[in-house]
Amino acid sequence: MRVNPEPESDACAVAVEPHPAWLRVLLARHAKRPHSLDYISRLIAGFEEVHGDRSFADDPAIVAGFGFFEDRPVMVVAEQKGRNTKQKLYRNFGMPKPEGYRKALRVMQMAAKFGRPVITLLDTPGAYPGIDAEERGQAEAIARNLREMSRLPVPVVAVCIGEGGSGGALALGVGNIVLMLENAVYSVISPESCAAIIYRDSAKAEQAAAALRLTAEDLLGLGLIDGIVPEPPGGAHEDPDAAAESLREHLRLRLDELAAYDGPALVDHRYAKFRKMGNFFA
Amino acid sequence: MSWFKRDRPPDEKLPRIEDKERRVRTEGLWQKCEGCRQIIWKKDLEDNWNVCPRCGAHSRIDAAARLRMLLDGGVYAEFDASLYSSDPLDFVDKQPYRDKLAAVRKATGVSDAIISAEGKLDGRLIQICSMENKFIGGSMGAVVGEKIARAIERAMEKRTPLVIVSASGGARMQEGAVSLMQMAKISAALMRLDEARLPYVSVLTDPTTGGVTASYAMLGDLNIAEPGALIGFAGPRVIEQTIRQKLPEGFQRAEFLVKHGMLDAVVPRLEMKPYISKALRFFAG
Repeated sequence: MRVNPEPESDACAVAVEPHPAWLRVLLARHAKRPHSLDYISRLIAGFEEVHGDRSFADDPAIVAGFGFFEDRPVMVVAEQKGRNTKQKLYRNFGMPKPEGYRKALRVMQMAAKFGRPVITLLDTPGAYPGIDAEERGQAEAIARNLREMSRLPVPVVAVCIGEGGSGGALALGVGNIVLMLENAVYSVISPESCAAIIYRDSAKAEQAAAALRLTAEDLLGLGLIDGIVPEPPGGAHEDPDAAAESLREHLRLRLDELAAYDGPALVDHRYAKFRKMGNFFA
Repeated sequence: MSWFKRDRPPDEKLPRIEDKERRVRTEGLWQKCEGCRQIIWKKDLEDNWNVCPRCGAHSRIDAAARLRMLLDGGVYAEFDASLYSSDPLDFVDKQPYRDKLAAVRKATGVSDAIISAEGKLDGRLIQICSMENKFIGGSMGAVVGEKIARAIERAMEKRTPLVIVSASGGARMQEGAVSLMQMAKISAALMRLDEARLPYVSVLTDPTTGGVTASYAMLGDLNIAEPGALIGFAGPRVIEQTIRQKLPEGFQRAEFLVKHGMLDAVVPRLEMKPYISKALRFFAG
């Protein structure tokens, strides 16, 4: 697996292979990695974005809207990072604020009202840690989403497409089906913060990334996700079209699978799945 | 020659009086109040549930004391007391997580960061979970998640109210995404408690942050907190690093959260039991 697509030209470069988990972190954050809107534009026909939480503001770090996935009406809620500096600032580096999570909940409940499936795309370094976010109840917004998502009587498929940054990602992640892209990571804390706590040195993030077990294979092995969506060779950024097609296959399969359940059965299915998580005690 | 230069090497010091004779045993008998800086006879403080008799500052109390304080006669039946974490990640930092758990268990006398119990509050049977902050910062991993989920199920089965007293730094890093998912697991269980129309009172004490605030601590029918308790999503240091400026005085304290509409009330520790009792009388008759 390569992170840097350019061939190694520096003869003096020391060939130390990074830990595979750290490679995944680098790929998940790769500057050219497809973001939510790159998938939405390829997979959702006639996508119309809807805005605002109806009480404070619109949060550009979360994109929400309706459209059609292969003729199926769906609601999409996605965390969006920016590509260049201007976009990054506009999207707040993909770190949602409380109004973003409240917008997400509003549109998910709208989808539930009309019996439409919800697709969420997770890609954030974490929920925004700032004074204004605290004042407006970042914790409350995330907590409410966790509880209310578990109550939605419609199919919910959550896909971690890049960085699954702790509670900030999980706030959109309570799905009947939770998938991860092959090179996505999903963790309770960033490797840098973990390293700062354990080793008092955020430069030891590579070690922390390995210890945290944050790759798609790790989460599948721990029984925390339902499947891994393969990426094109080298990573999704090498061929965004192929990555989107791969995701399309998995979404179709999972939505078909969930179409067999009625509302209460979907709620029970989701509850049973999360209730079992973390059977690690004696 | 400087005034402070030693004129004789330390090993030639005058013979010291034996430590044993000099020392009066005072450790553990007195405690300095964090609020008024007064030195207080420790027993007075403990008799007052660690609320300073002079200034009213609340210092932390452990999970078991909390249960004794809230439940009639200090009597309760504990559940799932022997649930131990099996270290899902094989996590190793400076020492293996397994060894750390064993050491903390020995030091605190509890199996993980929470005591799950059933008892009577003013004669009313309740399920109550009390978090132990001394156990790896009161962090929530698979065991905390499972104990709370089972307590919620017991509340539904026996149709009793639920009280959770939080005192936690958040999700437990050493259990990675497993602890993260406990947030969803507990919140989903609270959804079912909500559908069953059973009351849940969340008591937030110092400190309640991270994944605990961002899940069950903020989902009570009533969210109440002790005076001065630190409550937030991101820790103060993380926010300071993000915005690169000092935080205002009183930021993320219980009173700040009430002002911003995030809590129902600040309730002093000594009034906590009558407050919860009254609330349950309102909820459940």
